[in-house]
Amino acid sequence: MDFQLTSAQRDLASGFRSFCERRFDRDRLRGLVDRDRPPGMVDRELWAELAETGVFCLRLAEDDGGVGLGTAEAALVFEEAGRALLPGPLVATHLAASLPGRVGTGAASGDLVVGLAAADQFPLLVEHLDAVDELLIRSPDGIRRIDRSALRATAIRTPTDPCTPLHHVATVPDGALIADAAAAERLLREGAVLTAALQLGIAGKLTEMSTRYAREREQFGRVIGGFQAVKHLCADMLVRTEVARAAVYAAAVTLDDPEAGDPAVAVPTAKLMADEAATRNGKDATQVHGGMGFTWEVDVHLYLKRAWVHATQYGGPEEHEEALAATL
Amino acid sequence: MDLRYTEAEEGFRAELRAWLASALPTLPGKPDRADWPGRRAYDTAWQRMLFDAGYAGVHWPVEAGGRGATPTEHLIFLEETERAGAPYVGANFVGLLHAGPTINAAGTEEQRRRYLPGILSGDDVWCQGFSEPGAGSDLAALRTRAVRDGDEYVLNGSKIWTSHAEVADYCEMLVRTDPDAPKHKGISWLIVPMDAPGLSVRPLDTIMGTSEFAEVFLDDVRVPVANRVGEENDGWRVTMVTLSFERGTAFVSEVVACRRLLRELASLARAMPRSPDATAWDDTTLRRELGHLTAEFEALWALTKWNVSKASRSGVPGVGGSVFKLRFSETKQKAYDLAHRLLGRAALCVEDVAGLPSGALVDERLSSLSYTIAAGTSQIQRNIVGERILGLPKER
Repeated sequence: MDFQLTSAQRDLASGFRSFCERRFDRDRLRGLVDRDRPPGMVDRELWAELAETGVFCLRLAEDDGGVGLGTAEAALVFEEAGRALLPGPLVATHLAASLPGRVGTGAASGDLVVGLAAADQFPLLVEHLDAVDELLIRSPDGIRRIDRSALRATAIRTPTDPCTPLHHVATVPDGALIADAAAAERLLREGAVLTAALQLGIAGKLTEMSTRYAREREQFGRVIGGFQAVKHLCADMLVRTEVARAAVYAAAVTLDDPEAGDPAVAVPTAKLMADEAATRNGKDATQVHGGMGFTWEVDVHLYLKRAWVHATQYGGPEEHEEALAATL
Repeated sequence: MDLRYTEAEEGFRAELRAWLASALPTLPGKPDRADWPGRRAYDTAWQRMLFDAGYAGVHWPVEAGGRGATPTEHLIFLEETERAGAPYVGANFVGLLHAGPTINAAGTEEQRRRYLPGILSGDDVWCQGFSEPGAGSDLAALRTRAVRDGDEYVLNGSKIWTSHAEVADYCEMLVRTDPDAPKHKGISWLIVPMDAPGLSVRPLDTIMGTSEFAEVFLDDVRVPVANRVGEENDGWRVTMVTLSFERGTAFVSEVVACRRLLRELASLARAMPRSPDATAWDDTTLRRELGHLTAEFEALWALTKWNVSKASRSGVPGVGGSVFKLRFSETKQKAYDLAHRLLGRAALCVEDVAGLPSGALVDERLSSLSYTIAAGTSQIQRNIVGERILGLPKER
């Protein structure tokens, strides 16, 4: 057993981090939020560049034009995407790349932006619909491809997360089944782990932002990070992040190698721990930043709002907790 | 990232599992918690069995008489012994995890030869004289004095929270050898025989109603200078060596035990009537809480593997132990809070009632309150995380 990143994995993560820093820095993020607002909040040029890095075809075999890596590597990349707060249906498109036919090929190459919604949601809200080329619906019997022309959807005027626009779909039109129940189940598990990885990135970034602020901001003649009350908030953020990290990496490794553990336990564990880390760190980061934390100008709220979005994707706490209780 | 055990590691596990299956039935029954001589006899009997089978000091270096197991093998050892229901280190805790490794790392050849074999065989039981009534989490604020008199030190002062003091043979003790030096500089690390004239032990009763630790009083106790480990006034550095041995794998058995506890609570919930046609398991809130705790302990198990792998690569345990301890101690308390809710009014009895396991569960719940206090309170651990990992300024 050697549950640490290999040097190749470290290189992959740091490589993708520098891509994000180059192509989606804070100015770009704020530009998107405050000025540009492309359709569905997906910048197609950036999407194409993301595809070039191999984000979408990462787990496809090299013979199929992919990078040939595993879920463990994908989790490291998505952690960085979470840290950078990259917008768009990244997980959905990445998962779609493993599906057969035109949808899979288009998703893998970055030519298509693919949305994936769960049929059992109420209300059914679809993310980034104005940017989505293909919309898939996941239900227990399989994955369906929806005919966009038959879809009636109402745009939500003010989505909580400004980077994740939403449409309300009142009735789901019929669609053609493009993958079976086993594929739907697999996508649910992989989606949960990769979304948990995005949350891990958010949790870690919030810890860094808060710690840096606590080291700089002065009150009563001292930096606030010297006050135990503030220091302990930051310490709790780090603890949540590290517990979530162990859970997310373990789940990713277990999906690649089911003999390393039990996916039925590891996957809900990862999603629960990462959702909790991201959302609670979001609240604590707001608190550490004080009045500034409550402003639109400081980025903390963008991270918290995104964490709230992810916490509703690929199973909320009730589902995962019940699934784990059933293993006892 | 590789979570699979190697063939060698699996081989070690299989060999150990087979030995445990044959050895454990020969171990006599567990003594009463309040029976210290009985507890010592039980723990040292187990240590002797480990010694005879070649498992004593499994993680100690071979040259110190141990087995030289890798950190992962040590993890497997702790996982398997807990799974099999074998005793944990118990009375041998300080000797095996603190004093022995410290003497091996910082002691003289003579000290190694004299003290290490007795620890490994279970013949000698050690206790820890670090804490003092006025010091608490501020360990370096200790006041017990050791004044040099020829080739002896004369000790005066007192120690507190000393587990196993009543039955220990030796104490690893911190004493102030230079009262004028800065707080961390004038301390020395001494081996004190517990039968030395002038040393007395007074048991302290805990909230469980039993004595889990004691006060130790030192009244002109004479200890040879040859019993000092490390240089005079260099005891703080030696202490940091001692404490580092505890981190990393200190809670492995506990996490394994907690995962089992949740399964026990689930089957208790399934059997616990709440109305004519429902059991506690039909309570969604309680079920979900059990599910959430499962995630907590699974994640902590993954974090344990992470920390052990990290230590294997770097050779040092690092501060990951504080991160683990903070979350683990609080989660363990939550698990016993849930047990309490499940038991309902049976939780008012520290004994079994109506066929329910309330005796052990309530006792364990009381015991778990010490987890956020012992070995550095949660508040001190948060300071360590904030200052040493996040680089925030020190509290003044």
